[in-house]
Amino acid sequence: MARYVIRRLLQAIPTLLGVSIISFVLVYNSPGDPILIRTFDPNITQETREILRRQLGLDQHWALQYIGWMTGVTLRSGDAVEEFTRNEIRCNYLAVLNATFCNSGGGILRGNLGTSIATNQAVWERLVERMWATFQLGVAALLVSLLVGVPLGVLSAVRQGSPFDASVRVLAVVGNALPSFWFGLMLIFLFGVVLGWLPTGGMRTVSLTNEFDPVDRLRHLILPTIVLALGGIAGISRFMRTETLEVIRTDYIRMAKAKGVAARRVWFVHALRNALIPLMTILGPAILGVLTGAVIVETIFSWPGMGRMTFSAAVQRDYPTVLGAVMFFSILTILGNLLSDILYGVVDPRVRLS
Amino acid sequence: MTVAQADSSALTSLADDPQLQRKPRTYWSMALQSLRRDPVTLIALSFLSIMAVLSLLAPVIAGSIGVGPNDTNPDNAFQQPYLGPYVQWRTGQDPTTAPLMLGKSGGVPHWLGTDQLGRDQFVRLLYGGRVSLGIAFAAAALTLILGVTVGTVAGFFGGVVDDFIMWFVNTTVSIPGIYLLIIVTAILKPNPITLTLFLGLLGWFGTARLIRGNVFKVRALDFVLAARSLGTRDARIMLQHVIPNSLPIIIVNAAIDIGILILVESALSFLGLGIQPPTATWGSMLNRANNFLFLRDPETEAYLALHLLVGPGLLITLTVLALYLIGDGLRDALDPMMKNIR
Repeated sequence: MARYVIRRLLQAIPTLLGVSIISFVLVYNSPGDPILIRTFDPNITQETREILRRQLGLDQHWALQYIGWMTGVTLRSGDAVEEFTRNEIRCNYLAVLNATFCNSGGGILRGNLGTSIATNQAVWERLVERMWATFQLGVAALLVSLLVGVPLGVLSAVRQGSPFDASVRVLAVVGNALPSFWFGLMLIFLFGVVLGWLPTGGMRTVSLTNEFDPVDRLRHLILPTIVLALGGIAGISRFMRTETLEVIRTDYIRMAKAKGVAARRVWFVHALRNALIPLMTILGPAILGVLTGAVIVETIFSWPGMGRMTFSAAVQRDYPTVLGAVMFFSILTILGNLLSDILYGVVDPRVRLS
Repeated sequence: MTVAQADSSALTSLADDPQLQRKPRTYWSMALQSLRRDPVTLIALSFLSIMAVLSLLAPVIAGSIGVGPNDTNPDNAFQQPYLGPYVQWRTGQDPTTAPLMLGKSGGVPHWLGTDQLGRDQFVRLLYGGRVSLGIAFAAAALTLILGVTVGTVAGFFGGVVDDFIMWFVNTTVSIPGIYLLIIVTAILKPNPITLTLFLGLLGWFGTARLIRGNVFKVRALDFVLAARSLGTRDARIMLQHVIPNSLPIIIVNAAIDIGILILVESALSFLGLGIQPPTATWGSMLNRANNFLFLRDPETEAYLALHLLVGPGLLITLTVLALYLIGDGLRDALDPMMKNIR
């Protein structure tokens, strides 16, 4: 078990290296000038911009920038110790190579996602600030999709061929086809604008006292959770239906029925338990789905989470923030997949992790 | 009379029997037959065909109405759909509203109303369908070409080639795709062609995985071994034997892929990252409508932007739904084994 986890974690290293290269190259090769976007001030001269660009290392070859981003060590030609030495950056001039090495103490490899060029904040700090909001929304959506999706799927398998089964299957297909942004807008329009029952966006009602009001928080959570959970409900109910139908064809169910076990007990003790096992495998994809859906849901509902932050960072060309967020999301995805593989082995001893 | 002679006469009489005079049933004819008996898939197919034809005919329809997709009319913004009042006018229930609306729009019937700039919603929906469907179909074609090629090569050769390809695919799959697309589109401000390229280039990984799995299965079958022992070259085995055996998977995957691509393209356009205005796409039309959710008529208190909200969203949903249903129907039709299980 431990060996398996360690091996999988080791396998994740080349994957993450690949992720970092792909996202860096994508962002690096894009036209558009982050400096121009950052300096709206018309009084800033071209010279100042060049200095800024040089300080941020944007004038360098992309491979050098990549190494700097990963390790926190940047390379400069000639003696540039004075120019680049700042608070936490230490530089040394190597006369043999006629180059200056600067060590910022940061770098992805040392767990530092860099500094945002839009706000001068550490990217990690920005992510942590927003993480709680996305976490709340994501957990709420996952819970709702499980609590609604599992019973729907199992019941529709129990009543295979009934009108209930048919409507669950329709719901599953429609739920997948419904674009979340439109569904969200329609819900906002109906419940927020026309009926005025629920807030149209944000995480809480802005007030002077800034007190924590659980009811108010919950009211803000309802609509985004429904929208984010829709895809999950559709996927999970479909999945559970197939799994349950497969389980009830097995010999041990036939055996239980033949023994005269009550139908209810057969369904909910013998069948449900075994049908729930494969659900573990879709935990990884489910986390990925929530992260993916978060961008759109957070944008529609002005939810101050990581997805919305990444979106606006991309629009502002805040490269370090975008790259840091993408690395973070990729790590989450890889860990989610690993977790679902491990859980699969834990709940089903027949699966050998090797 | 020998046994063979008796047989031959029996065979000729059998061959003359009109009941047995039918073509041999191939895999594809069987699939087509079961598709013909599947009303849901047929309805979905006809909906999609109608959408495609309407989108292709958009310039003709716009010409007959007398308004282009980008013709603005600031005096006639947020006009409500003309369809309802027109029916009431023709049936004599309400003889005043419809002519009044026509007067305001300069004689142009805005069947589904107008947007904030007074542009015709119906014509824009048709033109938007052209862009959305066109991009999705083209990007899906690109996805398939890349996915099938890479997947077949990986599955067929195995070994180091497969290891490297799968490392690359697993790596890119670890990055949530929408973020990649957001980065690329936010930075590059795409036009229809570049957007198609992005969607295609970033969308083939799943297809490649699927095809690779199937190629692994097919590669081990006897007819591949037979072809090999006859000295057939690798390229020919792949084209003649391996890919045709993946065709059912490819077709089913294509239908669902197009649906997903429509959703992704609309989501990007909705976020303001897809095709840039004034070109109409279903997603960007919703992006505009989003700004006017609260807008009401000062006299009647009716919400003015509802018709802008419903049209594009409904078309996206129905089109994607149709494609998913077609995918499901094709899966059933092309996989007789699966059908027996369900």
